[in-house]
Amino acid sequence: MKKSKFASLFLASSLLVGMLAGCGAGEEGSSSKGGESSSANGGETIKIGANLELSGAVASYGTSEADAIDLAVEEINADGGIDGKKIELIKVDNKSDAAEATSAAIKLTSQDKVVAIIGAATSGASVAQVQIATDTKTPMISPSGTSTTVTVGDDGKVNPFTFRTAFIDPFQGTVAANFASNELKVKTAAVYADNASDYAKGLAASFIKDFEAAGGTIVAEESYVAKDTDFRSTLTRIKSSNPEFVFIPGYYEEVGLIVKQARELGINVPLMGADGWDSPTIVDLAGADALNNTFIITAYSADDPDGKAKAFAESFNKKYGKEPNSFNALGYDSVYLLKDAIERAGSTDGTKIKEAIEATDQLELVTGLYSVDENHHPIKSAVIIEFVDGKQVFNTKVNP
Amino acid sequence: MKKSKQFWPFIIVAVLVYAVVQILISTEIINQFYSNTLILIAINIILAVSLHLVIGITGQFSIGHAGFLAVGAYLSAIVTMKLHLPFVVAIIVGGIVAALAGLIVGIPSLRLKGDYLAIATLGFAEIIRIVFLNIDAVGGAAGMQVSHLTTWTYAFVCLVITLVVIVNFTNSRHGLAAISVRENEIASDAMGINTTYYKVIAFAIGSFFAGVAGALFSHNFYIIQPSQFGFLKSFDILIFVVLGGLGSLSGAVLSAILLTVVSTYLQGYPETRMIIYSLVLILVMLYRPKGLMGTMEITDYFKLWRTPKGGGQHGK
Amino acid sequence: MEWLQQLINGISLGSIYALIALGYTMVYGIIKLINFAHGDVFMVGSFIGFYSITVFGLGFFPALILSMAACALFGVIIERIAYKRLRNATRIAALITAIGVSLLIEYGVIYIRGAQPEAYPNIFSNKSFEFLGAQISIQSVLILSVSVVLMILLQFIVHKTKTGKAMRAVSHDVEAAKLMGINVDNTISATFAIGSALAGAAGVIFGVYYTKIDPLMGVIPGLKAFVAAVLGGIGIIPGAMVGGLVLGVVETIVSALGFSLWRDAAAFIILILILIFRPSGIFGKNTREKV
Repeated sequence: MKKSKFASLFLASSLLVGMLAGCGAGEEGSSSKGGESSSANGGETIKIGANLELSGAVASYGTSEADAIDLAVEEINADGGIDGKKIELIKVDNKSDAAEATSAAIKLTSQDKVVAIIGAATSGASVAQVQIATDTKTPMISPSGTSTTVTVGDDGKVNPFTFRTAFIDPFQGTVAANFASNELKVKTAAVYADNASDYAKGLAASFIKDFEAAGGTIVAEESYVAKDTDFRSTLTRIKSSNPEFVFIPGYYEEVGLIVKQARELGINVPLMGADGWDSPTIVDLAGADALNNTFIITAYSADDPDGKAKAFAESFNKKYGKEPNSFNALGYDSVYLLKDAIERAGSTDGTKIKEAIEATDQLELVTGLYSVDENHHPIKSAVIIEFVDGKQVFNTKVNP
Repeated sequence: MKKSKQFWPFIIVAVLVYAVVQILISTEIINQFYSNTLILIAINIILAVSLHLVIGITGQFSIGHAGFLAVGAYLSAIVTMKLHLPFVVAIIVGGIVAALAGLIVGIPSLRLKGDYLAIATLGFAEIIRIVFLNIDAVGGAAGMQVSHLTTWTYAFVCLVITLVVIVNFTNSRHGLAAISVRENEIASDAMGINTTYYKVIAFAIGSFFAGVAGALFSHNFYIIQPSQFGFLKSFDILIFVVLGGLGSLSGAVLSAILLTVVSTYLQGYPETRMIIYSLVLILVMLYRPKGLMGTMEITDYFKLWRTPKGGGQHGK
Repeated sequence: MEWLQQLINGISLGSIYALIALGYTMVYGIIKLINFAHGDVFMVGSFIGFYSITVFGLGFFPALILSMAACALFGVIIERIAYKRLRNATRIAALITAIGVSLLIEYGVIYIRGAQPEAYPNIFSNKSFEFLGAQISIQSVLILSVSVVLMILLQFIVHKTKTGKAMRAVSHDVEAAKLMGINVDNTISATFAIGSALAGAAGVIFGVYYTKIDPLMGVIPGLKAFVAAVLGGIGIIPGAMVGGLVLGVVETIVSALGFSLWRDAAAFIILILILIFRPSGIFGKNTREKV
C-alpha cells in the first residue's frame, strides 16, 4: 500500500490556500460592508459585544448575565437609547473556555468592531481577552470576573481598558472577620472556600488574617471546586474539628448545597458568606430552616423599597417569570455602568469611554453605589444581612 | 527513510501558502480575526494528525489526547513564563515532556485493547488535568497567564514539520509495521513484529506533537486553565480524526479545517451552536459511519479509475 | 463517630453511581457500546421528576415512576433513532454518535429551559436521627432503600423473566440468540428501556438528595458511573452495583482525609490500576484472546 501521502497533503494544502483566499476575499467583503453599515448606522446604533459563557460548564453564569443584559438593553432602547442612539447587542458564546473567549473577543473587536465588550462571567475567560481589549482600545467590563488579574496584570500594572462590576475587595473578608469576633464573639472558625475562584480564595485569605489578628483560631481550612455537589465528606471533617463559626465564601449554586448538607450533618453554628450568596435560589437550595443563623455581606439589600434593586427585580420577573440572582444583577449593572460612561464621554471612542468609567463616582446601580478605585476595582459599601426563615433581614452597615 | 516523490512539491506549496498568508497578515489585508482562526486551524490540524497516527495508523483507540495537550501547554508556559527562555525552547520542551508523558501512559496501558485502552487513556488524561489543578505554582483552578508569542510563522512551521514527520513515519518500515498492528495484531505478532514497540513509538510521537500543539495553544490564548483540558477537549480532537475518516490523513486535515471554521462561524449563533454541532456529528456518523473520507486520501480519488482499491484497509 | 458518618456519606453517593452504572453496564454488555448519552438520560429523568413534583404536584413515588417510564421511552427512542443503524459500524463511529447524542440532549434542554440550576422541592423532612454518633438523614435511608429495591427488581428481571433470559442470551452471542428465535431488536430495546429507567430513577433520587439539578449535571456522574461499571467488570450487573458503592466510598474517604481536590483523581487512579492488573474488573472473567 504505497500511498502518495504527500500528494494528498499537496491537495489538502491547496484546499487550505483556497480556503484562505476565500477568507481573505470574505474578509475584504465583510470589512467593507461592516465599514459601510457602521458609517450608515453611525448615527443610529452603538454596537456592544457580549462575550459570555453561553454553553459549557458554567453556562448557568453566562446565560444568567445574558438574560439581564438583554433586559437592560431593551429598557435603554425603549427609553430612546444612549444619546439618541440605539444599542445593538452582539452576543457571542465562548463555551466556558478561555481559548474560545480569546477568539470571541477577537471576533467582536476586529469583525463586528464593537464599542465595548461586556464579559466574560468567569475570571479565566475574562483574562483571556484583556490583551485584545488593550490592543484594540476597547473597554471591557467583566460582570463577575473576580480574579485580581482581570484588572491588574501579573506585573502589577493596571490593565487600562478592563473593568469589573463585582466586588473583589478583600474588604469583605475583613468585615466578616470583625463581625465574627466582635459581634458573634466566636474564638474558633473554619473556612471552606471555592478553590476555582480567586474571589473566594481572596476573601478566605483576608478573613483568616484578620480573624487570627483579632485573637481567633482557624481550626479547619478546606476547599471545594465549583460545580461539586457532594460536600458531606468534607463537612463531616469540618464538623469533627468543632468550629464555632464557618466562613464559606463562594457562589450560591454550591453554597446552597453546602448549607443544607452542613445542617443535615448537625453543624448548627453560624455560617457566613459574601455577596456570592445573594440569590433567591439559595433559599430553594438550602431550605429556609437551614439558612437560619447564616449571615451574608452584600452591597445592597433587595428589601430596600427605594433602591433600584426592587425595580430591577420587578422588571426581571415580568420578562422572565423568575426572581433575579446575583449574576443577573451584575450583568444588568454592567450595561448601565457602560451606558453612564458613554453618556458622560459623549463619544463612542474607546479611550474616552475608558476615562469616563474611571471617573465613575457613586453611580447608583442595582448592586449598590458604584465607584472605581485606581486598580479598576469597584468600591461599594457593605451591608450585613441575616437570613431569618428565608427572608433577608438587615443587620449592620459597614463603610469601607 | 525514503522520501516520496511528492516531497518537494509539498514543500514548495507549503512555502507558498506561508508566504501568501504572511504577506496578507503583514499588509493587514486579513485582520486579526482571520489570522487567529488560521493559527487555530494549524493547531487543530497538528492535534488531529498526531491523534491520527495513534488511532488511524496504529489502530490504538486513545481518547485522552487532551492530557498531552495539557502537558505541552503547561510545560511550555513554565519555560517561557517562569524560566524566561525563548519560545522555541518552550515548544521543544513541551513536545519532549509530552512524549515522556506519552511513554509513561503508553507503556502500561497499550497492553490493553479496544475499549479498555480507550477508558485507560481517558483516565490518564483526567489524572494529568487534576495534577495541574492541584499545583499552585501554575495557578491551580484559576489558571496561569501566558504571554502571547504564537505567530502564524511558528504555527505554520510546526504544522509543516508535524506533517512531514508523520507522513514519513507512515510510509517508512515503522509505519508499515504500525499499520499491520492496526489490521491484525495477532498476525503481525506472529510475523515477528514487536507490536508493543511500534504501538508505544506511535503513541510517543503522537504525544510529542500534541505537546507541540499545546505550546502553540498556551501561547496563543493568554491564559491556560485545567478546565480547558477536560475529556470534552479529547473528544473534540477525536471527532476531527473520526469525522475525516479513520486512517485518512487528508481526511483528518480537512475535518480539522472544516470543524474549526464551522465552530468559529457558529460563535455568532450562541443559542443553537452546540445543537447544530451535535446534529452534524450524529448525521455524519449515521449516514457515513466511516467518516467523510473513509480510509481514502484525496489523491486516491484521482487514481480510483486506474487502480481498484485493495481490500483490507478498513480499520475496524 | 466520624468514620461511620463518612461511610454512610460514601454509601449514599455510591448507590447513585451504582444505579447509573447499571444502565451503562447493561448496554455495554449487550451491544458493546459505551453509551455516553446515559448520563444525560439521568439528567432528563431528574428534570421530569422535578416538573412532575412542582408542576403536577405529584408525590415522590408517583414522580419516580413517571420519570422511570418516561426515561425508558426516551432511551428506546434514542436507541431506535441513533444507535440501531450503527449496529454493524465500527465501535468508534458508535462512540462518536453517542457523544453527539449526549451533546444534543444537553443543549436541547438548555435551549428549551435555559442553563440555570433548579432546586428540588423538599419532599421529605430534613430531619435526621442519631445512630452511634452519626447523623443519618431520613433522605439517605430512603435513597438507599429505593436503590436496593430497584437492584433486587433488576436481578429478578434479568434472571427470572423471559426478557431477562433473552437479554442474557443476546449479550452472550447475538447470532446464536437470533437462531434460537430471539427477537434481537426488541431485546436490545428492552435493555435500553430498563437501563434508562434506572437512570431516570437515579435522577429523581439525586434531585431529592442533592437538591440542585441543571442541564449539565449528568456529565460528571455519568463519567463516574462509567468508571464504576468498569471497576466492577463492564457488562456484569452485580459488578456495577459493587463498583458504584466502592467508588462512592473511596471518593468519600479521599475527601475525609482532607484531599478533596484529589477526589476525582483517586477514582481514575483506581480505574487505571484495575485496568492494568485486572482489566475485566472485580467480577469479570479473564478471557484469553483467540487467534
